[in-house]
Amino acid sequence: MSHDVPRTTPLTAAHRALGGRMVVFAGYEMPVQYPMGILKEHLWTREHAGAFDVSHMGPAFLDLTSRSGDAEADHGAVAAVIERLVCGDIAGLKPGQLRYTLLLNEAGGIVDDLIVGRPARADEQGRLYIVVNSGTKDADFALLTKASTGKATLTRADDGALIALQGPGAADVMGGLIPGVDDLTFMSFKQVNLQGQILLVSRSGYTGEDGFEILVPAGMAVSFWERLLANELTAPAGLGARDSLRLEAGLPLYGHDLDETVSPVEADLGFAVSKRRRKASDFPGAARIGRECAVGPSRLLVGLRVLEGAPAREGATITNETGEPLGNVTSGGFAPSLGASIAMGFVPPSSAVVGAPVKVVVRGRAQMAEVVTRPFVPHRYHR
Amino acid sequence: MRFTKDHEWVELDGDVATIGITGYAADQLGDVVFVDLPAVGKDVRAGEALAVVESVKAASDVFAPISGAVTAANGALADAPETVNDEPEGAGWFVKIKVSDRGAVGALMNRESYEAFLATL
Repeated sequence: MSHDVPRTTPLTAAHRALGGRMVVFAGYEMPVQYPMGILKEHLWTREHAGAFDVSHMGPAFLDLTSRSGDAEADHGAVAAVIERLVCGDIAGLKPGQLRYTLLLNEAGGIVDDLIVGRPARADEQGRLYIVVNSGTKDADFALLTKASTGKATLTRADDGALIALQGPGAADVMGGLIPGVDDLTFMSFKQVNLQGQILLVSRSGYTGEDGFEILVPAGMAVSFWERLLANELTAPAGLGARDSLRLEAGLPLYGHDLDETVSPVEADLGFAVSKRRRKASDFPGAARIGRECAVGPSRLLVGLRVLEGAPAREGATITNETGEPLGNVTSGGFAPSLGASIAMGFVPPSSAVVGAPVKVVVRGRAQMAEVVTRPFVPHRYHR
Repeated sequence: MRFTKDHEWVELDGDVATIGITGYAADQLGDVVFVDLPAVGKDVRAGEALAVVESVKAASDVFAPISGAVTAANGALADAPETVNDEPEGAGWFVKIKVSDRGAVGALMNRESYEAFLATL
């Protein structure tokens, strides 16, 4: 979404006060880095804890219009509403569980990747917590609202702050602020009461590290952010470090590695296609995805390590050793934790073999690269 | 030392000019992770792309402040690109150019003018 006047988050003034270098991203004025710089913010997050403002993203709630009072039936009913649009097993979520899933179009292309959660509390069954991407949120919410007509109501929650605290120190920092959050394991969430305000705390993130994503009411956003930063383990980190961290973690970024032409199978996101759903073939694009599961896709997203020369960024051509084009880099750059350049991009399955030598063309120069396993840097989730 | 509005610096010694980017430019770019330099012998024209400097986030063109032939490229930047951030107006130099028109260097901004220009940004 582009707007003439960039939107702000409840933390915009706090970023400026910290010396954040502000850019417009997805229509929001956001810090790309602080005075520490992207490289050090990245490394600090891998070693301690980085605090990120991700309020530009799209948190929302989907609530069943009329609940029966039977927890399982109500969860099943609201899950059925969203399952018409996504390929994940939402009905099978346990209370308090989050799941990564994909909104698909009829051609099996990815409309967005998102998180869907089932609240832990017995009195909240029939509700789903949803977080979609910033650039796609208005379209996603329109799609969800349309699919929910008469059955459920979508309520946006993107007027507050969504803060990600990521890194091996995140649990210590959060534990000092909110007792009991250390009980959460990766991809679970719960509601907590802090000084009379309701916060949603998720053990999740997009850096490959242990960490939390916290939905904070606007009125408490600045004080909560400041309390996170008051811990010496925490440094504020901007969008630049967020991108290099997620790239090293091998996680795809919507609008770059994923778009409406890319299927879950092509994106190597087969884990996000539920077995039950695939068997029932009951989601948009199920025919294509079933076919690709059976006979293989025509292209596959792979990790690349660039062995010489400049970083290969989005759009760079990937060729075989003799220079025949294989595909394009969809995201790439310098990996601070590896001290090397890495990338992700699409190649035919025949080239999607770990160790396969390829070339990436940067400013007309063909540079040696090789297909490597993702993640580039091991995930360290708290399971 | 002379400066351009694109934040390059030029230091003339005889008819050889050493060229780099200013401290302001290095700070704006952030942590430099790679510098793509031209080959020795290449003829460059003022205003054309001379080098590409890569930060974690992006690749940025560096334009030739003057015309001439490249006589040396700073090979030390291959192993230590961070020198551009640490000593932008010294060890972090990019290339040396044998200038065809020494007068073109004198026409660039002096430090006082460059600092006045920075104050307007």
